[in-house]
Amino acid sequence: MDAWDDFKRMNKRQMLYQALSFGMIVSSALMIWKGLMVVTGSESPIVVVLSGSMEPAFQRGDLLFLTNNQEDPIRAGDIVVFKVEGREIPIVHRVLKLHEKSNGTVKFLTKGDNNNVDDRGLYAPGQLWLQKNHVVGRARGFLPYVGLVTIYMNDYPHFKYLVLVALALYVLIHRE
Amino acid sequence: MHSVFGRGNAMAAYTLSVLAGLTFCCFLSTVFLDYRTPAVINTRQVVVKSIPDYSASREKNDLGYVTFDLKTDLTHLFNWNVKQLFLYVTAEYQTQSNQFNQVVLWDKIILRGENAVIDLKNIHAKYYFWDDGNGLRGHKNVTLTLSWNIIPNAGLLPNVGAIGSHSFAFPPEYTTSKV
Repeated sequence: MDAWDDFKRMNKRQMLYQALSFGMIVSSALMIWKGLMVVTGSESPIVVVLSGSMEPAFQRGDLLFLTNNQEDPIRAGDIVVFKVEGREIPIVHRVLKLHEKSNGTVKFLTKGDNNNVDDRGLYAPGQLWLQKNHVVGRARGFLPYVGLVTIYMNDYPHFKYLVLVALALYVLIHRE
Repeated sequence: MHSVFGRGNAMAAYTLSVLAGLTFCCFLSTVFLDYRTPAVINTRQVVVKSIPDYSASREKNDLGYVTFDLKTDLTHLFNWNVKQLFLYVTAEYQTQSNQFNQVVLWDKIILRGENAVIDLKNIHAKYYFWDDGNGLRGHKNVTLTLSWNIIPNAGLLPNVGAIGSHSFAFPPEYTTSKV
């Protein structure tokens, strides 16, 4: 392939340059992610919908943009992304009931639009309410289909390695 | 770069960027729209019971029974960037134990193309109106509001409150008969 011939003709300085630009790409991606975390206040500002429990609003593979500003109170009807003890994968559901005390502590119950019952069966055993510390963020923006790539990657690990290796090779070998 | 791979790559990249640009324009064209519109809510039957809430604490809590009328026309809210409306009726009130309470009583999904004229009479709540304690009996001021969450094709997910709400009071005594 041409690209490979190009690569073989590179000298040390050029190779170093390629490696550096690869590092730039990785670090700027990391910077954007961490920057988004600061701006949105959420530990995970972008999530992929993994289940059909919010259909027909959200389908598997849709992308959600989250914010989690503490000054912005949680209200009924908000779509929250929360983590429950004993479950690694965050859940995206809508707030059904909410009780807030005067000192600011708030407890709320969620339900998926496509589910028939509320989420008490999904919470940890004995847990009746969610609290602020369970919340990863609240859905503010929506982009369809884009997350399907990551779902394929998780479902087929070989595909993931193929994509990663191909991208890395492309960046390292491809000459400007 | 005149290979199948090169051309395919260029085509895919161009298609993707055009799609991304179009999606962004679609989002921009609707981001500043005002989605508020009037709605009329009226309560019909309002009673309150004191029974154990087995779904939560097992202690006796106040359970409200409310039936209500709902009338609004949301047809004009649908534009090319509205995929679905999620309607919900919230009861909002203050009690001694909680400064702020919200309980969703009823909800409905309206997809694009479905009938968005709502004129419902004497509907029963879809979800139980449990209070977190015993704050409903004789409560003077519970407010029912209709709100909707707009699900776009791509863009923001605003929650919009209808113009107009309805306040009602619970009777001062518990009902013991079946409702």
